[in-house]
Amino acid sequence: MPLLKKLVGAALVLGGVGAVAGWLLSAPVRLDSETLAQLGPGDAARGKRIFYAGGCTSCHARPGSEGEARLQLVGGLELKTPFGTFVPPNISQDPKDGIGAWTVEDLANAMLKGVSPSGEHFYPAFPYASYARMKPADIADLYAFLKTLPAVAGKAPDNSLSFPFNIRRGLGLWKRLYLSNEPVIALADGTPDPVLAGRYLVEGPGHCGECHTPRDFTGGTRKSQWLAGAAAAEGSGIVPNITSGEGGIGDWSEADIANYLETGFTPDFDSVGGAMVDVQRNMAELTPEDRAAIAAYLKAIPPHPNGYPVRSKPAK
Amino acid sequence: MRKLVIAISMLSLAVSAAFADPILDRQGLMKERGKLVGGLSKIAKGEADFDAAAVLTQLQALQVNAEKFDVDALFPAGSDTGDTTASPKIWEDMAGFKSAEDKYLADVKAAVAAAPADVDALKAQVGTIGSDCGTCHQGYRIKKG
Repeated sequence: MPLLKKLVGAALVLGGVGAVAGWLLSAPVRLDSETLAQLGPGDAARGKRIFYAGGCTSCHARPGSEGEARLQLVGGLELKTPFGTFVPPNISQDPKDGIGAWTVEDLANAMLKGVSPSGEHFYPAFPYASYARMKPADIADLYAFLKTLPAVAGKAPDNSLSFPFNIRRGLGLWKRLYLSNEPVIALADGTPDPVLAGRYLVEGPGHCGECHTPRDFTGGTRKSQWLAGAAAAEGSGIVPNITSGEGGIGDWSEADIANYLETGFTPDFDSVGGAMVDVQRNMAELTPEDRAAIAAYLKAIPPHPNGYPVRSKPAK
Repeated sequence: MRKLVIAISMLSLAVSAAFADPILDRQGLMKERGKLVGGLSKIAKGEADFDAAAVLTQLQALQVNAEKFDVDALFPAGSDTGDTTASPKIWEDMAGFKSAEDKYLADVKAAVAAAPADVDALKAQVGTIGSDCGTCHQGYRIKKG
């Protein structure tokens, strides 16, 4: 009996220590003052480019909207994933339902640290694991551009997630594993500027890896299979391999990639499909130099075979 | 004799219809469509010379292709399984699928009617048609490995 008592006591103490450690480790971490000082005044014209590179409207516009309506960032799309359903919120300038009352520091903490103004973790369906690589000055530019967009009233429904993913605090631990502002692909000194510019666009604001890279069971992207394609988070399809490995786009030239991003046509004149349709429409808003940079980077990264399982072709 | 010929041709029609595979048929039409749009897109991009008559011929071929795209015959119930990338959403939202197809056909017809006289005119038309391709492939096709 005394032994059992001791064991129970030890377990309780250990459990308690673990709980305290877990609580401390999972605390939301905001940006330091040094980073905030780099925000600068922000410029709406430059911010427009960041807005389209970041694809904000793909998730935050009212579902199914076209043209100018895509600038009404009222939220409400439903992203049905194995973790549950994520609903992107209203990020219009409405001060109550949207983010009209946010400061530029609030936006920077949201995008670079995944922390809300009230100090809660955001879910990484909001791709801050990629945005974390963005330059603070670009966030300030984006903030200035968002200020030019309309305020739209209306709250989107809450996420509906299954246990344990519904515990926001746990995301603090996830962030310790996956949140970094370091580039994914290390590039040697003397790498040409377009490749570096492309790395920034793809790994940072463009957040291409969020869909094109397979994830492990905790939902982190597998950097060893960066951009190798993945089973789609939603539905039963796949997201293609965009490296030059087998099954990828090794036979596309840089011009082919840039043209695809501009027009939506593949080199063999299939058209863009699925969630990439909205992405391509955003990419078409960028400059030819930006699209060429993305293409240059994709041709420069390590090739991988497809990051999704081979489809067993059904018998006819 | 004439009746016999008719009867035989009716029979062969019925047989070919019975053996036709709607999945292969629609894939064939889509491939042809891609090729035609591809040719036009090359001209729009300035990679091939603009010849108004040749462009019109290609646009007319695109219209013939679009008119052959009989959704009811090509997407019968049950043709959502097998070697296809058609999304189940086609059958859940047949009206939406048909209206996307109708818009595409209307845009192709409009391009033929307004036979483009120069590259810029063609560029605008290819842009509209390409956007129709994307709209349909956004919701009604699933990319598979």
